Amino acid sequence: MVIEGNANKVSKGIIKKVAGPLVIAEGMRDANMFDVVRVSDQRLIGEIIEMHGDRASIQVYEETSGLGPGEPVESTGVPMSVELGPGLIGSIFDGIQRPLDDIMKVSGNNLKRGVEVPSLKRDLKWDFKPKKAVGDTVVEGDVLGTVAETDIVTQKIMVPYGINGKIKSINSGSFTVEDVIAVVETETGDKEITLMQKWPVRRGRPYKEKLSPDMPLVTGQRVIDTMFPIAKGGVAAVPGPFGSGKTVVQHQLAKWAEADIVVYIGCGERGNEMTDVLNEFPELIDPKTGKSLMERTVLIANTSDMPVAAREASIYTGITIAEYFRDMGYSVALMADSTSRWAEALREMSGRLEEMPGEEGYPAYLGSRLAQFYERAGRVITLGSENTEGALSVIGAVSPPGGDISEPVSQATLRIVKVFWGLDSGLAYKRHFPAINWLTSYSLYTDTMADWFNSTVDESWMELRHNIMRMLQDEAELEEIVKLVGMDALSAGDRLKLEAARSIREDFLHQDAFHEIDTYTPLHKQFLMMKLVMAYYNSSLEALEKGADIEKIVSLKSRERIGRFKYTETAKVDEEYKNILTDLASDIENAIPKEEY
Amino acid sequence: MPKEYRTIEEVAGPLMLVKGVENISYDELGEIELASGETRRCKVLEIDGGNALVQLFESSTGINLASSKVRFLGRSMELGVSDDMLGRVFDGLGNPIDNGPDIIPEKRLDINGLPMNPAARNYPQEFIQTGVSAIDGLNTLVRGQKLPIFSASGLPHAQLAAQIARQAKVRGTSEPFAVVFAAMGITFEESNFFIESFKETGAIDRTVMFVNLANDPAIERISTPRMALTAAEYLAFDKGMHVLVILTDITNYADALREVSAARKEVPGRRGYPGYMYTDLATMYERAGRQTGKNGSITMIPILTMPEDDKTHPIPDLTGYITEGQIILSRELYRKNVMPPIDVLPSLSRLKDKGIGEGKTRADHANTMNQLFAAYARGKDAKELMVVLGEAALTDMDKLYAKFADEFEKVYVSQGYNTDRSIEETLEIGWKLLSILPRSELKRIKDEYLDKYYIEDDK
Repeated sequence: MVIEGNANKVSKGIIKKVAGPLVIAEGMRDANMFDVVRVSDQRLIGEIIEMHGDRASIQVYEETSGLGPGEPVESTGVPMSVELGPGLIGSIFDGIQRPLDDIMKVSGNNLKRGVEVPSLKRDLKWDFKPKKAVGDTVVEGDVLGTVAETDIVTQKIMVPYGINGKIKSINSGSFTVEDVIAVVETETGDKEITLMQKWPVRRGRPYKEKLSPDMPLVTGQRVIDTMFPIAKGGVAAVPGPFGSGKTVVQHQLAKWAEADIVVYIGCGERGNEMTDVLNEFPELIDPKTGKSLMERTVLIANTSDMPVAAREASIYTGITIAEYFRDMGYSVALMADSTSRWAEALREMSGRLEEMPGEEGYPAYLGSRLAQFYERAGRVITLGSENTEGALSVIGAVSPPGGDISEPVSQATLRIVKVFWGLDSGLAYKRHFPAINWLTSYSLYTDTMADWFNSTVDESWMELRHNIMRMLQDEAELEEIVKLVGMDALSAGDRLKLEAARSIREDFLHQDAFHEIDTYTPLHKQFLMMKLVMAYYNSSLEALEKGADIEKIVSLKSRERIGRFKYTETAKVDEEYKNILTDLASDIENAIPKEEY
Repeated sequence: MPKEYRTIEEVAGPLMLVKGVENISYDELGEIELASGETRRCKVLEIDGGNALVQLFESSTGINLASSKVRFLGRSMELGVSDDMLGRVFDGLGNPIDNGPDIIPEKRLDINGLPMNPAARNYPQEFIQTGVSAIDGLNTLVRGQKLPIFSASGLPHAQLAAQIARQAKVRGTSEPFAVVFAAMGITFEESNFFIESFKETGAIDRTVMFVNLANDPAIERISTPRMALTAAEYLAFDKGMHVLVILTDITNYADALREVSAARKEVPGRRGYPGYMYTDLATMYERAGRQTGKNGSITMIPILTMPEDDKTHPIPDLTGYITEGQIILSRELYRKNVMPPIDVLPSLSRLKDKGIGEGKTRADHANTMNQLFAAYARGKDAKELMVVLGEAALTDMDKLYAKFADEFEKVYVSQGYNTDRSIEETLEIGWKLLSILPRSELKRIKDEYLDKYYIEDDK
């Protein structure tokens, strides 16, 4: 590999000090910053994060109890890297890309230390189909051939970064990830290419050009798609206190977002949540491909009881894998739950290094680290001669203490992200899910995506959306008045507005993640739902003008059908929509007093 | 015989610095021998060349720098476990204090345990009937869950926890169960209340108790819950029992943690608690659960008192982020004489959806649960409005909701500490209450259940 060619000087030292996950070793003068090291005879994995003369500060990714001064430390001369190649999809890895199922075979139900297992399975053979032939000139990022990894994901085997030249040989057939599948003749000699390549996690994978996002990442979640859409290649943050449904929102996006690949990072969260994903995803069917959702998912799990230093690495491991799929021209969605735990891991290491703390004990570089991470998202033209387009969208959950987003992690995140889905414990107590507060949330993509929605779904989409938003805004103001003077003081028109807004909240924004149909709503159905609520409002308004009684309008029978429209199967929505409109029209007609002659 | 050091350089609070040590390792257990021959335990917090920073597990009273000796034992803190632990009482460090014989350990286990591989977890989904409507009906507990009780000073969390321990059962099974109880810094009276309550039901024979009372050294509390969880893991995963772990009071534990952190002069996080408190709490709470290929399970009910009734205080806040829900007790309800005073709206069981429904509880459970929540929330809103504007300002519908909210608290929540309701009874009461409202208001319930259970009369 080119990227590690400069180092490979192995340096050996001994432990001087152990304090939790921080180990300080002497005699490490030849090691590089961010080199991976093996600590003690148990060969625990660590990374150099500071150098003073020949003393290296090492964060160890495994439990350090039992280590003491005098034990050996060996630098491997390479930075922390991940293995990229067939076998990623459907796997569950720990924070430093060790497959948890293989660890289980070695160490049983509990995680023991010093387990060495390769990231990608070495014994599996993959069918490689070449797309290039001997004599072809290739540049870095060019697709040499493909491997059908699952029924829905075809992995493209790309020429690694830094290799340009002529193909000397290329084979087709069945290979393990370590077998040589092609040889490329370059100016610096022949380079052997395998199905697998490596990449250092702390460095973004290169691309040709970054573009502005131009289309939404459709998620099937109404409040997101309609009100606060996220773009393909965009970044979003979901902050919320505990119990407000952050994880359910993340799971819903991982399940239903219209992405080719989903990378889900469980960073310092509950073990059972990862188990839930592991159990549930294989059984869920992707509405687009008809295959199991697990066949497009990569999981990274560093649960809250796993070593804290690996938590810091898990985010980078995940995003590097995501970038690799982006480079193949896929649309990739990455969910990180939760970035606050990552920041806390950073704080813990910073504290042990005795650095001068910034706000609330977080290191001063918290903001820049977060920014670096989120900036790895985006829509790009990938390397290679074909100018393929790939996109990487990132959705990060934030867990602010006490739900108060004035804390450093939330604030640093908000400076970077374009979409903010603010979760509200008040809504959660009322069991209004997803508890995304429509008044505090925002999406800076709303306007840039307007053309796409108007041309793809319906030309009145944006107008409807604005009307709905205005209605909710008005509701908040009217609620204030009601609190002061009571419902009776409102005009009939205002009462109708409150009723319509309630319908928007209960019949449209409220979405049941555990209902088999309601869990995912295609855009067309979302559009019809908006139209129904607005149809109720507009025709009622007309009826009021014609002298109808507000009490009658409020208790129209057809409103119940509007409320149940969300549970209508996708195939039947158009028919049901028409029926409800007819019903509504006749109900309204009946509510209008007949003029007597 | 391990090497002895007479080189204690300083003792400050729970920390001690020993110089010139050799061949010792991080997290190693040590023993201090006082001039009187008394021994106390400690562990290595940090090792820098020949200097070891050591944390005491017991009080530092009487340690003399010149005459005390330190030995390092070459292993970390361990607990000897065996079947015979059932029915016994231990102190916070695992020594028997019930005048019974010492335990002859079947094996010795590191009290820190090992993280569970997420790939080896079994998702908790067996319904536990606690007999408490506000829990069974609305915030259902399942086997392998960690569901804390957020209480506050002066609220009856002990009664509720004891009630759960007494009544909890998985219906239709007779698998072996056990209770592991860890008391951290609670009063003798509170601890005695639990003991008496276990005795009353005969559960004491299947209970292991680790007791650190308010007047025991605070520093001992750091190891107490880990002792308890080690015993629980042994009983659950080695012996195949279903273990209910009650930890009380987490607030005292966190304060002990803060004490050590402050003594080490670490950069504090919020309110002086260490930045790693999340990780520290998680390594305890996450030991609850089920494993593939194992029969047993650990269900955990940690109890914590929220300082100033403040849910955003770091202790309840971090706990809430780790545990699978929370049961919150409310002072307001307690004053209204609602027993147990469970505030159902902010309470939550994250695992309830997998534990309820047909074959587990009843098919209409999920629907009625959501409807009860929504109706109670609206009823409370209406009552709030009533306080400001008077009853006349409410619409007729809101008046009904207000009535519903009152009845709900009185009948559904306030059942007393001795009533053991089956899930069917709980659901029936729920339907009776919902029938206060007109059928058209019950939007969250499917028609088929409304047809079957809705009580249509005197409207």
